[in-house]
Amino acid sequence: MANIVIDRVRKSFGAFQALKEVSLTINDGEFVSLLGPSGCGKTTLLRIIAGLETASRGDIRIGDKSVIGLAPKDRGLAMVFQNYAVFPHMTVYENVAFGLRRQKADETRVKAQVAKAAGLLHIEQYLDRYPNKLSGGQRQRVAVARALAVEPKVLLMDEPLSNLDALLRLEMRTELKTVLQSAGTTTIYVTHDQTEAMGLSDRIAVMHGGIVEQVGSPVDVYNHPATRFVGGFIGNPPMNFIKVPVSNGKVVVGADHLPVPREAGAEVVLGLRGEAVELSSLPQGLEMKVRVAEPMGSHLLLTGSIHDQPVRVILPASETVKNGDTIGLKLDSQRITWLSPESGKSYSAEMA
Amino acid sequence: MNEQTLTQNSASGAPRSPASFASSSRWLLWSGIIMLCAWVLVPIYLVALGALGGRQGVYQWPKSFLPTGISLEPFILFLTTEGVVHSFFNSLGAAGITVALSILLGAPAGYALARYNFWGKDSYRLLVLLTRAFPLAILALPLTVSFIRLGLYDTVLGVGLIHTVLALPFAALVTQGIFLGVPKELEEAAWVFGCTRLQAFFKVVAPLALPGLVATAVFAFVISWNEVFAASVLTVRNRTLTAYLLTVLSESPMHYRFAGGLLLILPSVVFIFAVRRYLFAIWGISSK
Repeated sequence: MANIVIDRVRKSFGAFQALKEVSLTINDGEFVSLLGPSGCGKTTLLRIIAGLETASRGDIRIGDKSVIGLAPKDRGLAMVFQNYAVFPHMTVYENVAFGLRRQKADETRVKAQVAKAAGLLHIEQYLDRYPNKLSGGQRQRVAVARALAVEPKVLLMDEPLSNLDALLRLEMRTELKTVLQSAGTTTIYVTHDQTEAMGLSDRIAVMHGGIVEQVGSPVDVYNHPATRFVGGFIGNPPMNFIKVPVSNGKVVVGADHLPVPREAGAEVVLGLRGEAVELSSLPQGLEMKVRVAEPMGSHLLLTGSIHDQPVRVILPASETVKNGDTIGLKLDSQRITWLSPESGKSYSAEMA
Repeated sequence: MNEQTLTQNSASGAPRSPASFASSSRWLLWSGIIMLCAWVLVPIYLVALGALGGRQGVYQWPKSFLPTGISLEPFILFLTTEGVVHSFFNSLGAAGITVALSILLGAPAGYALARYNFWGKDSYRLLVLLTRAFPLAILALPLTVSFIRLGLYDTVLGVGLIHTVLALPFAALVTQGIFLGVPKELEEAAWVFGCTRLQAFFKVVAPLALPGLVATAVFAFVISWNEVFAASVLTVRNRTLTAYLLTVLSESPMHYRFAGGLLLILPSVVFIFAVRRYLFAIWGISSK
């Protein structure tokens, strides 16, 4: 077990800056996701931690010991690769035992550890098969078992579920969570899938353009996005951003006058989660023109505009709203995020 | 049980058109196989016929399907001819040197080309190919002179070295393709799970590249075995089999030439046949 400190790490490929000074601390036993769109540097960061890539600047410490310059094998970590990277010329057993064999573990320990890892991932019946006889999901399990068998201090996962179909992904996600919780290993999980990150992580680090935009618990990141990017990237539908004028430190929303942070200028961006609204009547509510109403079964998804700015909101499935209606919305003032129109950062994050 | 027969019945009574499509594609497949076999086997068969048919069989027309009056006399005569056994071992030696050197030097070059980005990589690749751009005929004289100076003239080692030069560009470029076919992630997984670069190469990359490496070795062998020109120019007494036959056979009777030709073809054919399974993909890679 070990904590990981990423200290002002930079990485450039030629003129391209993949990572622009990233700092992040991951506590012992914690599950942290690096979440972001492709090209945001999350995989590069993971590969730097693994030692498969060298940082241009900065320091990585695992268990308070700098690992800069150490070969991957000397960092005490295990990794699950996006394409599984299960060795095709070895049986499943030999694959799972690979790391232990390299550590010169004696045969009884190898046997016990393989049996344990295989049991956790339900691959006991495939142990003497070759990987080309396995499905993608089974190979994925082998890759995870191989990583867990060495009881690593740190487990790195690079989009491990992205090659599975949707149903299997959901199943594996639940299973991963159960398995990793019992293992208690410090885990860094790279993904572009926000539901994976939300569901699995203790904390999420949202990355964008080579920097970490926000680090926080899933609920925190969801409810209090530090930047416009985070709010827009996390949540389905994404957070709505409505630019509204400020007068006397307040914003007029229907019949309500909501106070805005003191730092706000003449205009402020109101960040609103689609589900943080209730249907109310006009003119008490905030006016929304509904362009399309989509009953989704569990809820009603409305696409339209507020103050001529596009929004998407969610209402209970029991409400009846039709295309073209104009409705009034009551906002949950506790769940509004105020952002600066200039920097795109939330005021609460700017103060912190 | 009943259910099974039922489904079988319905399967055999399936619509006619896919079945006839399948049968016509099978017909195409088999005719293709027969054509390709004939392309390779008929000449070999004719050579064998000439060799086995004895003195009369060679000039007999029309050819009989089976050789009339089989005699092994030309073979025995051929094998007992002075210098044949000696040159056979020379050929083996030269081919062995070629295989060993082109794999030992070519495979690391191919690995570097496949895995590393370095300055001048493309020009290097071009340079490797350019070594084949100089015709041996032009190089023959300077080579002979310098080989005499170095004491390599008329030695198996000298021929092996020249054949290595011929096979090496091929070996480097083909092994590059083979190593590219081994996913880099497998190697990285080996590093993460406790291997040094060298260990990862031997534990993961080499076993997966083995079929391709064996194929490369076989081709290097065949290149050396079949090469005549350099071997003829650079040797006088220590001739390889091809070079030796070239000088001897032109003054020999027909059936004797056929016997020599057959014995020359057979090792290549047998060798390739023996390693044929390595030429196909074993683990689904290196098949490209």
